[in-house]
Amino acid sequence: MIERYIAIQKILDYVGDQDLVISTTGMISRELFTIQDRPGNLYMIGSMGLASSLGLGVCLMNPEARVFVIEGDGSALMSLGTLPLIATEAPSNLTHVILDNEAYESTGSQPTISSNVSLAAIGAAAGYRNVASVENAEGLDGALRDASAMDGPWLIVVKASIVHREGIPRVSHAPEEIRDRFKSQALGHAGGGG
Amino acid sequence: MSIDSEEFWGALKERGYDFFAGVPDSTFGAAYKSMLDDPDIRFVPAVREDVALGVASAAYFSGRKGGVIMQNSGIGNIINPLTSFSLIYKVPVLLVVGWRGYGGPPNDAPEHWVMGTKSTDMFGLIDIPCEVVEPDDLEGPLDRLISKIDNQQVPGALMVRAGVLK
Repeated sequence: MIERYIAIQKILDYVGDQDLVISTTGMISRELFTIQDRPGNLYMIGSMGLASSLGLGVCLMNPEARVFVIEGDGSALMSLGTLPLIATEAPSNLTHVILDNEAYESTGSQPTISSNVSLAAIGAAAGYRNVASVENAEGLDGALRDASAMDGPWLIVVKASIVHREGIPRVSHAPEEIRDRFKSQALGHAGGGG
Repeated sequence: MSIDSEEFWGALKERGYDFFAGVPDSTFGAAYKSMLDDPDIRFVPAVREDVALGVASAAYFSGRKGGVIMQNSGIGNIINPLTSFSLIYKVPVLLVVGWRGYGGPPNDAPEHWVMGTKSTDMFGLIDIPCEVVEPDDLEGPLDRLISKIDNQQVPGALMVRAGVLK
């Protein structure tokens, strides 16, 4: 297993300046914000489960951009129907990462059902072009390297441990500011997608 | 009297709406197929209304205009992303809503009676502007709604009753 904070750091090693990142509500957005606050990050501070569908739309609107969606097992399970929709639309520019710690950690680490359910198998059955299931830092590195080189949509399921870190602040930007920064970044890719 | 499908989508396209995601409704009848057949409209067949809102909202970030196609029974599914995403980030989107069960019983089937009488109240409760398309007036309600969507940067709902589109 890999600590989620470390996993997010590693993902950011593969995120270029112009890339777009949409992160789910709760600790994942807070940790992303803490590790590297960047204009191309859209911290979805509410709407659990919506990051993947917004990410799909962003991929279709910006086919020239590389797009990352980072969410947890809880939010992936909440919007499970989005997986086959993504696979059907098949945006080659999407890397969808599920940080699977088998818990709703942001609300107090209550268990999800993902200890009994393979999200990677669901992604493969849904029809993602490439699926990787990784359990350690080396595996995550390898999957991210492959995702940089080969067309998506990629689903990378990362088995993550629950480690409570002190001093992870809430995202301090107002929602409209997050919106405007992300829009400026996306407009940099304006090439008439869709 | 009713509005021709091409006229309906033509009016939306003229106003910049060419990216839609959604879930079908019989209210749209043949107009739904004419949208699917329209080479100038990109449509994503979302699995649920909240998913459609996520997909369609992406248009805003590219300086384009997105819309959600849905039945009013899906208002329940879309309230959470409207309140905790669209309304706080101020991401505008056009909701094109088939209005089943309009006026309550005995119109339409029982499953549509409750939402049929409460649809515009539901949107009103969370300050989502609504306009109703009339068989002889599409552009009036549409332009009033788009003006509110653009000025307030919020989603807005265009309500379409059965028989209004042909």
